[in-house]
Order: sequence, then C-alpha cells, then structure tokens
Amino acid sequence: MHYISLAVETIFINNIVLAYFLGMCSFLACSKKVETATGLGLAVICVLGLTAPFNWAVHNFFLREGALAWTGVSALAELDLSFLNLICFIAVIASTVQLVEMILDRFFPRLYTSLGIFLPLITVNCSILGGSLFMVERTYTFPETLVYGFSAGTGFALAIISLSAVRKKIRYSRIPAGLQGLGMTMILTGLMSMAFMAFAGIDL
Amino acid sequence: MATRKKTITDPLSDNNPITIQVLGICSALAVTVQVQTAFVMACALTVVLCSSNVLISLLRHHIPSRIRMIVEVSVIASLVVVVDQVLRAFFFELSRQLSIFVGLIITNCIVMGRAEAYAIQNPPAPSFMDGLGNALGYSFILLLVASFREIIGSGSWYGWNLFPEGYVGSGLAILAPGAFLILGIIIWVQRTVTQNFKDD
Repeated sequence: MHYISLAVETIFINNIVLAYFLGMCSFLACSKKVETATGLGLAVICVLGLTAPFNWAVHNFFLREGALAWTGVSALAELDLSFLNLICFIAVIASTVQLVEMILDRFFPRLYTSLGIFLPLITVNCSILGGSLFMVERTYTFPETLVYGFSAGTGFALAIISLSAVRKKIRYSRIPAGLQGLGMTMILTGLMSMAFMAFAGIDL
Repeated sequence: MATRKKTITDPLSDNNPITIQVLGICSALAVTVQVQTAFVMACALTVVLCSSNVLISLLRHHIPSRIRMIVEVSVIASLVVVVDQVLRAFFFELSRQLSIFVGLIITNCIVMGRAEAYAIQNPPAPSFMDGLGNALGYSFILLLVASFREIIGSGSWYGWNLFPEGYVGSGLAILAPGAFLILGIIIWVQRTVTQNFKDD
C-alpha cells in the first residue's frame, strides 16, 4: 500500500515536470506531435526506471558516508565520497542510455527506429539526473527507488503526451504573434500544472 | 571590438538563451520563488558557463569529435562539483534551499549548448565573452521572473517587505503554475517588443 501511494504521489501530485520543472527542455521541444511525444515518454520511463535503481546501488555501496564498510578495510569504512555523486550519476546515466540503445537496436529494431534521436538526448534530460538526486535527498530504500523511478517516468510521459494532444488542437487557433509557439506552450503548461494541483488532496 | 561587444549584448535580448533559444528552462522556473535563490543560481551558472566555455575552447584541438559529448559532460560535471562544494562550505543555508538544482546545472542545456555551438570552434577569449553574455541573458530573465514571483507571492523583494502590514501574498505566484504563466507572459512581451517571431 505504501508503494501504491508513493506511485500515485509521484505521478500526479509531485509530477516531475509540472511541479518540479524537470525535463522542461525536451518537454517543450518534443511535444509538437503526439507520436514523438509518446516515443520520448516511453524512452524516459525505461531510462528513469533503470538509472534510479542503478544509482541507488552506486550511492549506497560506494559513495555514501560509510558505504564502503562492506569491504572490511577499516580505512575505507569511514570514507565519505558523496561529493562524487554528481559525476558518478551522470556517468551511470550516459552508459545506461548507451546500453538501452544497443539492446533495443538488437532485439526491438522497430521501437529503436521510432525513438530515433531521443534516446541519446535523454542523457542530458534533467528529469533523469533529477530523479537520481531526489532519490538521494529523500533517502529512499531500494524498493521505493524502483517504484519512484518508474512512476516519475510515467508522470513525465503522461504530461508530455497530454501537452502534445493540446498543442495539436490549438494549431489552427488565432494566437497573437508574440505568443505563438513557446509563449502559448508555457501558458498551457501553467494551466495543466494548475489542473494537476487538484490532485494534491489525494491521501492514500 | 564591435563583434566582441555584440557577443555579449546579443544574448541579452535578441538571442536570449531562455526566451528565444528555449534553453535552460528547468532551473529558470524552479529557483525563482525568491530573488535571493535566483541570484545565487545565476552566479553559479555564470561561473560554470564562463569556465566551461574557456576550458572546452582550450581543449578544442585535442578532443576527438566522436567522444566530444562525453568530454564536455565531464568537464561541466567537474566544474559543477566544485561550485556545489563551495556553496555548501560557505552558504550552507542557501545551498539547502537550492537543493538539487545546483547539481542540475550539469544537464542545463545552456552550458552544453554553448560548449557545442560556440566554444568547440572558437578561441578562448571570445568563448569567455560568449559564456558571459549568455549567462547574463539567463540571469536577467531569472531575476525578472523571481522579482515578479516574490513581489506578487510574498510582497517582498530580496527579503525586504515592500507593502504595509496585512498584504496577503498570492499563493499562485509561489506555486508551480505561477512560474509557467509569468515566464509565458515575459516571453510574449519580449517577442512583441523585439519583433522576433521565430516559430519553434
């Protein structure tokens, strides 16, 4: 039950895009068509769901204060390497993306071609690194991290797919010249985020 | 000299990284609840952007083009770690408020974008100028959004109360939707003033 409420909270109440502003760049740039938005959403779910647990392991077995105690060497037991968090996380993310790319290319070539350029770009998507950093800051346990990674990705996918659907509808609306494109998208996102705030009352 | 001046002034309005190029939006929204946090964030980004541009421009003849992304990310990540540690050592309270967003400078598209678009093919001095210009353009928008949000949301600016006792802050400006709406309106105003209607 605890995990279900964590998932609902991450997808709806603390949506990674609409409440924490992570992954805005690709959120704005890739939401013009529903197909691309769906592809990117799926890719983010995969990568976030994989990197969050990986980074959890890296953090808890190597970098956290006292994490090296399992080696049995007393000099290492009190070492605090958490300042290396950022660099290690980004390295893990970059290599996971590469790995996912190769696996998809080998076993699911159709999905691979439909994702195209989005897979490599995910490395610099803030929501991926942000997910890992939140995981450290909120000291999640391993199962919590698993649930968190997948539901944060699902939240991103949900937000980007719905935004792309809305943008498709407003293509023929008469919008003031200066507001076209980015301006209107920002305001639409604002309205969506307001709508998502209505979920804040949910308590499981 | 004229072109050098243009490298700095261009990103301030005509080619602003946030409102025109659409880069680095995440942090522009997340840290702008108060002017103070926005200011610290702007300083941190300026330091990282200038030094990463200079470093990558110095290394530009030695980086094989196939692995340049990885090299760029590692340079940026190391600089961000330094900034993060400095903030933690000297401004602990502020660095706690910024929470993960200092770390997220690594994936801030502006830094990566300028390295890729400018520093990798230009000598160090112009790259520094380019970094400074873009950082100033970013800081300008950041402070503008933060000013609106803090004045409307809490009735103060940089912590100073502006209104007499009894001003009720608007919660909307502090919460996420307010940030989106204010930035949307700023983009609208700027594109109308500069007549830059690039469709993206």
